[in-house]
Amino acid sequence: MSSLIEFREVCKYYQMGDTTVKAADRISFQIQKGEFVAIVGQSGSGKSTCMNIIGCLDVPTSGTYLLDGQDVDQMDKNQLAAIRNKMLGFIFQQYNLLPKLTLQENVEVPLMYAGVPKPERHERSRIALEMVGLGDKLKHKPMQLSGGQQQRVSIARALAGDPAVILADEPTGALDSHTGREVLTMLQQLHAAGNTVVLITHDNSIAVQAQRIIRLEDGHVIYDGDASAPEAVVTPNLAGRGAAG
Amino acid sequence: MNLVETFQMAVQNILSSKMRTFLTMLGIIIGVCAVIVIVGLGNGMQGYIEDSFADMGTDSLTVTIAGRGSSRTVSEEEMYQLVEDNSETFKQISPTVTMSGSVKIGSDSLTATSVTGVSEDYFNMKGYEIAQGRGLQYTDMTGRKKVCVVGQYLNQYYYGGAAVGQTLKVGGTTFTIVGVMAAEASELEEGGTDDCVFVPYSTAARLSFTGTVSSYTITVQDTDQIAEAKTTLESALYAIFEDDDAYTVGSMAEMVEEMNSMVNMIIYILAGIAAISLVVGGIGIMNIMLVSVTERTREIGIRKALGARESAIMRQFVIEAATTSSLGGVLGIALGFGLSAAATVVIANVMPDTPITVSPSIAAVLIAFDVSAGIGIAFGYLPAKKAAVLNPIDALRYD
Repeated sequence: MSSLIEFREVCKYYQMGDTTVKAADRISFQIQKGEFVAIVGQSGSGKSTCMNIIGCLDVPTSGTYLLDGQDVDQMDKNQLAAIRNKMLGFIFQQYNLLPKLTLQENVEVPLMYAGVPKPERHERSRIALEMVGLGDKLKHKPMQLSGGQQQRVSIARALAGDPAVILADEPTGALDSHTGREVLTMLQQLHAAGNTVVLITHDNSIAVQAQRIIRLEDGHVIYDGDASAPEAVVTPNLAGRGAAG
Repeated sequence: MNLVETFQMAVQNILSSKMRTFLTMLGIIIGVCAVIVIVGLGNGMQGYIEDSFADMGTDSLTVTIAGRGSSRTVSEEEMYQLVEDNSETFKQISPTVTMSGSVKIGSDSLTATSVTGVSEDYFNMKGYEIAQGRGLQYTDMTGRKKVCVVGQYLNQYYYGGAAVGQTLKVGGTTFTIVGVMAAEASELEEGGTDDCVFVPYSTAARLSFTGTVSSYTITVQDTDQIAEAKTTLESALYAIFEDDDAYTVGSMAEMVEEMNSMVNMIIYILAGIAAISLVVGGIGIMNIMLVSVTERTREIGIRKALGARESAIMRQFVIEAATTSSLGGVLGIALGFGLSAAATVVIANVMPDTPITVSPSIAAVLIAFDVSAGIGIAFGYLPAKKAAVLNPIDALRYD
């Protein structure tokens, strides 16, 4: 059986003046259905590039990205939009809710672009918001909510479309540690319920909450394995030096 | 996402910034309003012209004979014959001789009164009724009698309603009044339709300087055939004179038409100038939409990340622009109707003699609405395109 997400020698190069920046350099990994994977790295490690490619917001310069067996890098903009809509649920650091819409309308946005009829949309958005504990605030505007609550709305929005992959980009980055933990617990619950969760973070303490860690540095994968293994959280430079010394 | 939902979204967005939307629409509102009032004014002027000319008879042609040299001219008999020969086209003919001498009744000198020499058929041709006494008769023509029919104005104001049997003087010649015309206009006034004297054309011709009849009024069988009748008459006259400078044939209907087309031209020019405001309004909409796209870069990024296609974003912004300008169009139409009604009242008060009803036409309203919606689409396209092609990654990072 094929993997849900498969990177084969994925490269992403940017031209910055005369120099070519290799944001991703022959990255390969596979993520199976039902996994909870954290992609960890410092800024500039290539984790954002990976997240953009996984999220179908960007296509690789070379290499192959297969999402549920489909070759994504050959797709045009409209096909990518459709894939994002149906296969992926985004959770952003800044929540990225639309301020003029109510919570329910926010959750309905992806369903609207998927062409789900109105009554069904209302029903599904209500259920999703109830699931994150905001069933009593359907008609509220995002600004009336705390940061943690807003992030829960964005989780509800990611869930409403019933996507194959939930892609969380620094979901706790803008939250205090307490609400951050709540959000992480929610992601763990989603995983426990059978969802595939990909978490992108720079923070080891967040990453270890996942099942598996893929650590990136300078566009390369430097660790891919169990999140509970000690090497998973060790900064590779130090580890390398330690091994040498 | 269907069109209705996109439209609802546009309305929601427009309502969330009312002041900005209103200011954006202002150009369109003023433009549409101006076009509607100007076209309405044009309609009113046309209506006024047609009304004023209708009672002067649009079924008649006026022939003026200038002659060619001194040798070639056309006699009354020839003209009568011409009408008789083409009786399927022409109905009646009457020579018309305008006398220039002033009218004297007792010691009063009347300068505004028109004195015209006509045939016995003239009253019938014009639809004038005789209220008292008799009309002019064939024997008055042949005998060159010094008799006349006066208008109701003279009858009322100079003879106390008993003009028949009295006399008046035209350029020193005394005429006996044999009949009084029924009132033609709604008001009896000096220089109006009812301030007139009709004498036999033969008498008038003899008293005039040249002694000949130089103009005729001819009525046609069918008002719709007036153009053909004119052509028939012209070719007949050309056959006599072999020179088209020797005569002119004019029709009242043609004159009305000419004046209408002149009014139309002026209206088109004015409406065109007003329409410039529509273009300026469109540019205002484009400007605000461009600002709006920049402001909403993040929103666009979010929508794209959540699966909006370029076409969906495009549609959202185009419909928003079109809704804004259509709304401006509707407000402009409403304002235009209001101003038209106000203008009608103002004109009636300021110029009571020329009551012009400013009446906006349905066509103008429909065109104004379509144009404003079209402007929204046209000027919304560029900003919408800009929004649609935004890279979602950059748009999401935008603050």
